[in-house]
Amino acid sequence: MEAFADLVNRDGPRMLAVCRRLLGNDHDAQDAVQDAFLSAFRSIAKFDGRSLLSTWLHRIAVNAALMRLRKNRSEPAAIESLLPQFSEDGHRVDSVDPWSLTPEEMLEREEIRTLVREEIDHLPEMYRTVLILRDIEAMETRQVSELLGVSENVVKVRLHRARIALREAFARRMKGALP
Amino acid sequence: VTCQEVVEFLLEYFDRTLPGEQIALFEGHLADCECCKHFLDQYRAIVRLTAGSAIPPPPKMPEAVQSAILEAIKAARGH
Repeated sequence: MEAFADLVNRDGPRMLAVCRRLLGNDHDAQDAVQDAFLSAFRSIAKFDGRSLLSTWLHRIAVNAALMRLRKNRSEPAAIESLLPQFSEDGHRVDSVDPWSLTPEEMLEREEIRTLVREEIDHLPEMYRTVLILRDIEAMETRQVSELLGVSENVVKVRLHRARIALREAFARRMKGALP
Repeated sequence: VTCQEVVEFLLEYFDRTLPGEQIALFEGHLADCECCKHFLDQYRAIVRLTAGSAIPPPPKMPEAVQSAILEAIKAARGH
């Protein structure tokens, strides 16, 4: 039991963080981490040592969060209004204005980091999940495809659309806010 | 290559999986199209901003959460 308490202390914070990102609130995230540790406790004999214990636990936590998301799944929201529009000959309908700050300059500002997080939270779940697992958790496309039970191509398409939609949502919020 | 094709192939370009001859066409369009160049820069930027804006894990597990987990495991062990 003491060994498990050590694991909760060592790996729990990171598991809590990923569940919070996926589920969007502390309460559900804490429940998912509890589910994850229970699941790990029950299946610790199956841990084959091919990956690090912390990697194995992290994956169980992601799975627990995804199960909760599936349980609470709502109607898929449209993302089309955030995708670029093109004329019949393939040219852009709207122009793209440059941003005046570099990503590093933007990341120094807490209000911009908050805004990015808010816009990620507003993405439809199927896109948000892939974006979080690929671009924050740095998982490989193959791992994400296994976790979500979809093809690697679907993961790539969702990631691409998620990034494009987030870029547009962010640009709209930032319009006029940047010097 | 049109602006629409640039957006369609952006992920492969970004992941460096676009075939060589298509890279040349892609970059040829970027050299002539300010909008697509800004779009690519912002696509890169948003990937960076996504990772950089994430809230880091808490320094330690909240005590109440830790206790709840250990209680749940104890209960499961009893069964």
